[in-house]
Amino acid sequence: MYNKNNHKAVSKEHAEYIAKIKKRKLLIRLTQISILIIFIALWELTARLKIIDAFITSQPSRIINTLISLHEEGTLWMHISISILETIVGFILGTAFGTAIAIILWWSDFAAKVADPYLVVLNSLPKVALGPIIIVWIGAGPFAIITMALLVSLIVTIITVLNGFLEINPDKIKLLQTFGATKLQILKKVILPASIPTIISALKINVGMSWVGVVVGEFLVSKAGLGHLIVYGGQVFKLDLVMTSIFILSIAAVLMYQFTAWLEKKLIKWQN
Amino acid sequence: MNKKDMVSLKNVSLKYYTLEGETHAVNDISFSVKQGEFIGIVGPSGCGKTTILSLIAGLIKPTKGEILVDGKKVEGPSTDVGYMLQQDHLFEWRTIMQNALLGLEIHGKTNRETKEKVERLLETYGLGEFKNHYPDQLSGGMRQRAALIRTLAVDPKILLLDEPFSALDYQTRLAMSDEVSTIIRKEGKTALLVTHDISEAISMSDRVIVLSKRPATIKSIHEIQLTSERDNPISRRQAPEFRQYFNTIWKELDVHVQ
Repeated sequence: MYNKNNHKAVSKEHAEYIAKIKKRKLLIRLTQISILIIFIALWELTARLKIIDAFITSQPSRIINTLISLHEEGTLWMHISISILETIVGFILGTAFGTAIAIILWWSDFAAKVADPYLVVLNSLPKVALGPIIIVWIGAGPFAIITMALLVSLIVTIITVLNGFLEINPDKIKLLQTFGATKLQILKKVILPASIPTIISALKINVGMSWVGVVVGEFLVSKAGLGHLIVYGGQVFKLDLVMTSIFILSIAAVLMYQFTAWLEKKLIKWQN
Repeated sequence: MNKKDMVSLKNVSLKYYTLEGETHAVNDISFSVKQGEFIGIVGPSGCGKTTILSLIAGLIKPTKGEILVDGKKVEGPSTDVGYMLQQDHLFEWRTIMQNALLGLEIHGKTNRETKEKVERLLETYGLGEFKNHYPDQLSGGMRQRAALIRTLAVDPKILLLDEPFSALDYQTRLAMSDEVSTIIRKEGKTALLVTHDISEAISMSDRVIVLSKRPATIKSIHEIQLTSERDNPISRRQAPEFRQYFNTIWKELDVHVQ
């Protein structure tokens, strides 16, 4: 809030303006929280009053009970950590390989031209369709799931990062050439640092992509993880288990997204 | 006044090719620039002014003829030549100091001595207190000054200025042309300025070269002698002869709006 001691130079009109902006921000946040609370309350209430069938829709209190019983069984953390680990490995590998391939394609215009039609086809191909092949080749285990997560994010990363490289102002490269820079120096001094924002945004996209890969992979392999819990819950008609898993999934995905946002702030300090 | 030639072009021609055909960009150009001289190059837009700078900088090779810089044939970019582009192109992820050190880094010459030299340059030209700022925090004029220091840091003998003020507003541009010309003369550099601004060329240069339409040939070379109180571009603009030079060059450029 406006404080006279901290803002000596702020005029009355300016203070009113600041207060108005802050009030609006607060209102937006309050509305967001209210929607969530009202949704959960209505869900719980209608389930208790038997307006909706909690067997099919589950209900917040049942989700909490499921969480507790999973925790007591000792399997909750196992499933969560397996899925998170697979996602993190998948999205780090996807971003790393994608960036590396983008660098190769930037380096050799010939390679980029040759690869172009293949990238277009692979990009439009739904990668989850490759699931059964991957399981046959790699075996039904965590490696197959990581490979799925990797594949889902790889092509998008290559395309996004390569486009980022190619959008860099050619005069920035010319500037380095006038200093007699080699191609490796151009890569290190301009292309990579200028592309950090692009790579970060690829990272953000890849968090979501890798979760898709992991969940689909776990659907298919179905041994452990949140994807496995969802499929298993669906098969035995335990919708509580399905809803609980989705609830955990959304929290894990948000946390990972927040991490990349934090990383962005750390790496792009010149924008602050 | 028997100074040596710092730059000489001998019968230089350049053609470049696309699938659609060949473009004759530069045709049989010869001129030389003495040490410490300031040369302005003007010409109709798209006539190949920038191409001539790229040739001297060794970024492209001439189809015919040869170019000598300080008596040596140009084979590629060298430390003897500094290039200033239309925009400052300071890297937004580097501080002003780190930007100014860019050329030295590429030549592998960053050490305490060169760093101190760059700091002195920043200090001398009023950027000392901004050395740890990022480019976004500086005004257009200050950024262009930082870009000049980045060029001067590698201690080139010749400066190529490719419309370095065209991205600035008019007032900043007048002030910067004054400042840059003072800095360049003070540091004893030889300079070639490409511009579409006739007044800028006359006020800054010892000689002005007028180019023809593409393929660029030399139409005329004007020795600029102005009777002004002080020898800086802003006072030179007040000289009585200024208008005559302007009119002559304007007629030679033969500008028609199509």
